[in-house]
Amino acid sequence: MPVRALHEPHIRDPAWQVRQFWIVALIVILFPALVAVEFRPWTLFEEENIKVTIGFLSDFLPPELNGDFLVLLAYEASVTIAIATVGMFLALLLSIPLALAASNALSISSLTGPMHPFGLVIRHLIRWLLILLRSIPELIWALIFVRVFGLGPAAGVMAIAVTYTGMLGKIYGEILESGDTKASRHLLENGSGRIQAFLYALLPQNAGELASYTVYRWECAIRSSAVLGFVGAGGLGQQMDASMKMFNGGEVATILIVLMILVALADWVSSWLRRVIS
Amino acid sequence: MTQSAPTNPNPLMHWRCSICWGIAAAFIVVILSFWTLDLQLYRLFSLESVQRMGRFIGELLSPNTTPDFLMRLGQASLETLAMSFVGTFLATLAGILLAFYSAKRNDGQQSLMTIRLSRLLLNFLRSVPDLMWAALLVIGAGLGPMAGTLALALHTSGVLGRLFTEAAENAPAHESQTLFITGASPSQCFLYSTLPSILPQLVSYSLYRWENNIRAAAVLGVVGAGGLGQMLSFHMSLFQMQETSSVLVAIILLVILVDSASYVFRSALTR
Repeated sequence: MPVRALHEPHIRDPAWQVRQFWIVALIVILFPALVAVEFRPWTLFEEENIKVTIGFLSDFLPPELNGDFLVLLAYEASVTIAIATVGMFLALLLSIPLALAASNALSISSLTGPMHPFGLVIRHLIRWLLILLRSIPELIWALIFVRVFGLGPAAGVMAIAVTYTGMLGKIYGEILESGDTKASRHLLENGSGRIQAFLYALLPQNAGELASYTVYRWECAIRSSAVLGFVGAGGLGQQMDASMKMFNGGEVATILIVLMILVALADWVSSWLRRVIS
Repeated sequence: MTQSAPTNPNPLMHWRCSICWGIAAAFIVVILSFWTLDLQLYRLFSLESVQRMGRFIGELLSPNTTPDFLMRLGQASLETLAMSFVGTFLATLAGILLAFYSAKRNDGQQSLMTIRLSRLLLNFLRSVPDLMWAALLVIGAGLGPMAGTLALALHTSGVLGRLFTEAAENAPAHESQTLFITGASPSQCFLYSTLPSILPQLVSYSLYRWENNIRAAAVLGVVGAGGLGQMLSFHMSLFQMQETSSVLVAIILLVILVDSASYVFRSALTR
């Protein structure tokens, strides 16, 4: 008997029951989800669809390398970077005051006892506003702003500014609270204002982390501004959308290559900057 | 106590002050960007566009709540949720597979070519945004949520594969080497030692990507890949602001739901 028992799965593998549970749970969740997304990958390989895909992909070769088109793409790439940068700049202008107002680290009333109810309400309102801003994806903000400002980079800039205000505001607030707040508390206790406590204690303490997070977000902004053009907010995405609608595979291929170079470049610059900062 | 005279000038005024150069460079980039875009910001904040914005927000404040529409909205929300879930799940599997090939091991059985090729594949998958994958897949797979799901899976497997590779390389090599010396194959070493030791990290990365993917899934419909995004762009293009507003509310709720679910899972994981 003991010999047979050794072959029972739960003896050979102590985690057997846990594994069984997770496998069953996964199937129970996954199956309806697969049905909901109409997951039939074999349709990709039906003769007709393969023909369409191969026809489209074969258009990719050769990529369009006409000089005029390349100049146009270089311009669009610079627009993409500019949208990301201006969007980030506006987001900084908005998110720094919001983060400072929402941060618990700069509360004067909570130095002695509980926070003043007014400060508490204001802080929570700002946090809710930030959640609202970052819960709507930037592409949907862009759709909205295209409706308000018309087609063009303005919508992209505003979309990035609004979404990134939400993200930066939250993370800046967290960074300010996560570090050692002793210095700023001392300043506040001795009568300095909130701005002074921020400038002379919290900012110098956390400058590296804040800067490196900002650079990282700028890289993300470049990636998303490349895509925002799809809804008409300017830059490479808009060009790609246009070429795609005309089924011009060669142009699409070139745009994809430029996009990959741009993203890789942003990746590289950002990691270099973050290394320098830290 | 001797008082040292302040001989050093303020370091901020020194020509070698790298922070100052960095800030100056950032300002130049910002100014160049403003100049490139020619935004005419004064027009953005002019009375007319403020009025337009106000009217737009006013229209958004009366969402459509007829039961019939809410049913369809609920269905689209479930579809979006399923897209993000399946996409992330498939990407996790693919990411583990790719990480197996692209993580450097020291068992001497790995060709440099495999590593290079799989890393190239990871970079390629990652650098094409999911929206573009969706736009491409809609051509091959037709309109609908499957194109969106596959697009999410492709982009995310690039992202997760890279993170998993780093995790696998940083995992303690001791146990897997012990297994290898006693005769286990590289895949057995990976499955029975490296993978279990980095599993908490993998789950937490996957949950984090799930948060990203719910936002992406809500958006992919804009290029025809199903879910809430498709509804949004449909109603928006017909100027049906009541329906648009309901869809926006649904997106916000879904994103908050997934964010909090992921937060709960992750804090349960680290407990």
